[in-house]
Amino acid sequence: MWDFLNLFSVPVLETSIRLATPLLLACLAGLFSERAGIFDIGLEGKMLIAAFFSAAISFNTGSVWLGLGAGILASVTLSIIHGLASITFRGNQLISGVAINFLAAGMTVLIAQSWFKQGGRTPQLEGAARFNPIEFPFAETFMPVPVAGPVYASLIGGHALLVYVAIAMVPLTWWVLFRTRFGLRLRAVGENPAAVDTAGVSVVGLRNAAVLICGVLCGLAGAYLATALQAGFVKDMTAGRGYIALAALIFAKWRPWYALAACLLFGYLQAIALRPDLLTAAFGFKVQIQLLDALPYILTVVILAGFVGKAIPPRAGGAPYVKER
Amino acid sequence: MTDIAPAIELKGISKAFGPVQANKDISIRVMPGTIHGIIGENGAGKSTLMSILYGFYKADKGEVFISGRKTEIPDSQAAIAAGIGMVFQHFKLVENFTVLENVVLGAEDGWSLGPSLRKARKELINLADEYGLNVDPDALIEEIGVGMQQRVEILKALYRQADILILDEPTGVLTPAEADQLFRILQRLKAEGKTIILITHKLREIMDVTDTVSVMRRGEMTATVKTSETSPQQLAELMVGRKVLLRVDKTPAKPREAVLEVKGLNVTDDKGVHRLKGIDLTVRAGEVLGIAGVAGNGQSELLEVLGGIQSGEGSVKLNGAEIDLTGRHSDGQSRRARGVAHVPEDRQREGLIMNFAAWENTGFGYHHDDRYNRSRLMMDNAALRQDTEEKMDRFDVRPPNPKLAAKSFSGGNQQKIVLAREIERNPDLLLIGQPTRGVDIGAIEFIHQQIVALRDQGKAILLVSVELEEILALSDRIAVMFDGQIMGERLPDETDEKELGLMMAGMTREAAAAQPQNAAQEG
Amino acid sequence: MDVIPKWADAVLVPLISLILAAVLSALVILAIGEDPVAAAKLMVEGAVGSTYGWGYTLYYATNFIFTGLAVSVAFHARMFNIGGEGQAMLGGLGVALVCLYIPFPHWALALPVAIIGAAAFAAIWAAIPAYLQAKRGSHIVITTIMFNFIAAALLNYLLVGMLKPSGAMDPATAKFAATTHLPTFQDLFSWGEKPVFRGAPANVSFFVSLLACVAVWFLIWRTRLGFEIRAYGESESAAKYAGISPTKIIMISMIISGALAGCMAINNVMGEAERLVLGSVEGAGFIGIAVALMGRSHPLGVLLAAILFGFLYQGGAELALWTNIPRELIIVIQALVIMFTGALDNMIRMPLEKIFLMMRKEGAA
Repeated sequence: MWDFLNLFSVPVLETSIRLATPLLLACLAGLFSERAGIFDIGLEGKMLIAAFFSAAISFNTGSVWLGLGAGILASVTLSIIHGLASITFRGNQLISGVAINFLAAGMTVLIAQSWFKQGGRTPQLEGAARFNPIEFPFAETFMPVPVAGPVYASLIGGHALLVYVAIAMVPLTWWVLFRTRFGLRLRAVGENPAAVDTAGVSVVGLRNAAVLICGVLCGLAGAYLATALQAGFVKDMTAGRGYIALAALIFAKWRPWYALAACLLFGYLQAIALRPDLLTAAFGFKVQIQLLDALPYILTVVILAGFVGKAIPPRAGGAPYVKER
Repeated sequence: MTDIAPAIELKGISKAFGPVQANKDISIRVMPGTIHGIIGENGAGKSTLMSILYGFYKADKGEVFISGRKTEIPDSQAAIAAGIGMVFQHFKLVENFTVLENVVLGAEDGWSLGPSLRKARKELINLADEYGLNVDPDALIEEIGVGMQQRVEILKALYRQADILILDEPTGVLTPAEADQLFRILQRLKAEGKTIILITHKLREIMDVTDTVSVMRRGEMTATVKTSETSPQQLAELMVGRKVLLRVDKTPAKPREAVLEVKGLNVTDDKGVHRLKGIDLTVRAGEVLGIAGVAGNGQSELLEVLGGIQSGEGSVKLNGAEIDLTGRHSDGQSRRARGVAHVPEDRQREGLIMNFAAWENTGFGYHHDDRYNRSRLMMDNAALRQDTEEKMDRFDVRPPNPKLAAKSFSGGNQQKIVLAREIERNPDLLLIGQPTRGVDIGAIEFIHQQIVALRDQGKAILLVSVELEEILALSDRIAVMFDGQIMGERLPDETDEKELGLMMAGMTREAAAAQPQNAAQEG
Repeated sequence: MDVIPKWADAVLVPLISLILAAVLSALVILAIGEDPVAAAKLMVEGAVGSTYGWGYTLYYATNFIFTGLAVSVAFHARMFNIGGEGQAMLGGLGVALVCLYIPFPHWALALPVAIIGAAAFAAIWAAIPAYLQAKRGSHIVITTIMFNFIAAALLNYLLVGMLKPSGAMDPATAKFAATTHLPTFQDLFSWGEKPVFRGAPANVSFFVSLLACVAVWFLIWRTRLGFEIRAYGESESAAKYAGISPTKIIMISMIISGALAGCMAINNVMGEAERLVLGSVEGAGFIGIAVALMGRSHPLGVLLAAILFGFLYQGGAELALWTNIPRELIIVIQALVIMFTGALDNMIRMPLEKIFLMMRKEGAA
């Protein structure tokens, strides 16, 4: 019994939240973009380039805030390229996304090597060059209280600022999408851009705005990876997180609250994969880590196949808008 | 002239798309509080002109005056600001939004949605009272009918304070009764001082509701007249440039044995909607059975099931033998093997592959034929090219170049390529949908002659068309479809457009005969 | 009407894309403080300056021909098979199982069986997303991406588990038997005193890949199946009208596509490593996308683009060896080529259209 409960112990859940954070930020980034009708499989690349620039600038300036800014800027730059390809020149959004992923994978190592000469990584970040955990008041005092103490200290509290930002982004996204003019137009442009166009609103403007928001959120996700979750940039450090975020987005059927749930689930799977011993103890046999690694992808395929509730993407997704009578 | 400025005045508008001159030096004046019709054939340039007025295209030359003021309309926003509202042929609505959200979209009052929606809800009630435009504001667009959707489009324009309302082919998807309702709404709008431009290719509508009418032909405005001072015949002549041949020369049919026997045919689509509900019909050798109906009442599904594109339930016999409606042999290949040829309703989406060369399109669907293949694996491209050349010659396809991509031919010549492919197969049964949609007059005559000639060879023909005139001119018997059912059959000599129109609106033979016209319209 | 003649669209657009990619890459090299001209010289020298260089260039090219053809065949059916990577991994598994567990007397016998093994495993891996697309409407791009990751996990599981010989440290299978080793270019073309292609991994698989080019050309433009694939790719509704089954086309084209991607394993697994190593595909599945885009999905174009990328890979390796420019430069070039030929192609086409319009007007005047 205890062995089973250990699967949901505070340290495991705490790790889940930390691992879910970049997924959540990237997932919400994808949500804005895809709700506006722009498919984005370049989340991975944008996160990666943001991770590098945030780590590099944080290291050079000693300020994580400047690093964060640089990360966002880099990610937004790639967003602009994606917008140029898929909105301005009506190119293939999927191919543009693939290109962006490669561009980031190549450029980060190239620049890292040129700047730091450490084989494509940045030096370790310390102190103010990182987002450090925020200690909640009286966390130490309450620590001895069973369950509530550790939950307060390290599950609710004790995370880096960007974790709270990510979680706050969920209601914010919901509110923007469903309670503001911008949200109404954004959702409309992903469903039927002609309706938006004939209503006298710029399709190009809306879609570019969505793509830029996507860039900013990916920037946050990347910065979190390199300056909070880890202390510096290493080559290919996103390790497929952009694709897991994409999977979470499908899993969540393009809705903000569902996205939170999906990312927490996938974060949990990643956290538990780090502790195979707990699994063995709980189930009495060895559970393959590779299975846990593959589980988000398998679950997404199952959802996509419509075996468990069909995921219907925004109707105008992936198609460039061409004016028609 | 009075000193009231015209609501809209266009001066010398010209617009070219590449080598095609869509609009040539067009000028119109429309006085406020009137309904002005613009009539012309498909491709005459009506929609282009209105798109310029709504800021979708930029005119190469010319000026626009709104209420006497020169106005630049670079985009839809400017058009809306100038008080122009447009109801497009294909509605511009967000399907999974509510009516209210669609009305508000683009005309919100601030960044926050709540107040805008509340205001719009009130305004919708006012508009409903004022013009008789009742719509449930919380209904989803995808759950209401086309007539209602069109009202939403009108409401959108009115909510944006439009004084000028442009309607592009508004009755194409409506039943005659719904169309009459629309026209009553338009009369009411006119009475309230709105200016309305009605674009159509239907003479009846022009005669019924407009005050003045402009005729367009091949990008030019050929005349503007008062409706009360003209006649349908005169308008028709102005439209096509010469006397129209409404009757096709043909001898009475000599029908023989039944080729196609359909009994209790049902079709349910992906969404679970019943598209065909127990269709019974028979087509005999040597006759044309015409299917009349408003678009979207099951005619397309009927053609698709018979052509093997969609599956269905029930019994369909071809030359006395059942055909497979659901299983392995319910596809286009199997139908062709059984002697069914199919000229589909939409040649650009189905009948042709626009990027394929003409010769590839000639083999399309018949690519399993022995004469087009060298072996079990390989096609005989040379034979295909040779055959295409001969077909192009016989059907007078211009330019007669088999290597040209299908998209490079005009609508009429594209249709001839499809027709040549299907007719030359010597089929027992020809399924033919909208044979002359988007086809120029010269080609229409040719296509009609081909259909009659095929009938005279003793073939069975099932003709689907939304053009009543075409149905009346070609058919030996007419069946009317409404809501997935056959409302009844008529002989062309014993019926007229009025009766068929009622049946198309869902009245049965008895009811149509019993009820006077007006009582039938509020359905 | 098309403004640009077909030949210009097929030749000029990829060519201009390539030039743009080269210029941008040169700027990147300048920005990191290296000399682009010297770098280019070094690349040319290293990749095509000797039979040794050619031996590597053609080895890489062989991989890219297979994956490029794979992406091309799917493109003709208007499907974006982004899963070449995973399919090639499974192909490697097929080759490994064949070579490890069947005792072959001679490589000439082992090669066809290995091709079948590679193609079969990879085809199955491609068939699952294809089935889900055809029957359940699951977007093939997303499912094939997912299948790349699932394949990686699967191979990881097998190579640290049951396929690893006991006592071995690295995640890899045992060496294949010597009788399955494919003759390299050195074996094939060296006679007399001086060996050529010395130590380079190019092997007979290259000729198999050339045969694959011919076969794909034949399939797409000469057979009835190819006609149906192209028809479906151009218009699904028209294909249905003609009685071409979408399910059949999606399945067959993806199975062929997957099989081609898998065949890459006869080159890298059987021909070079002579055992299955974790991560042996090294992104070749993705390079297939760049190659297919640049080659305009035509086998001849794919062949040329694959050799170009082979050159870049070998040249890039030389650069990494002799300068401070890491191999990742190639990934940047690859990204730029994909971007310009696949997503920003209209940016290149628009000015070209203007030029051709002007030329036509002058010609008419």
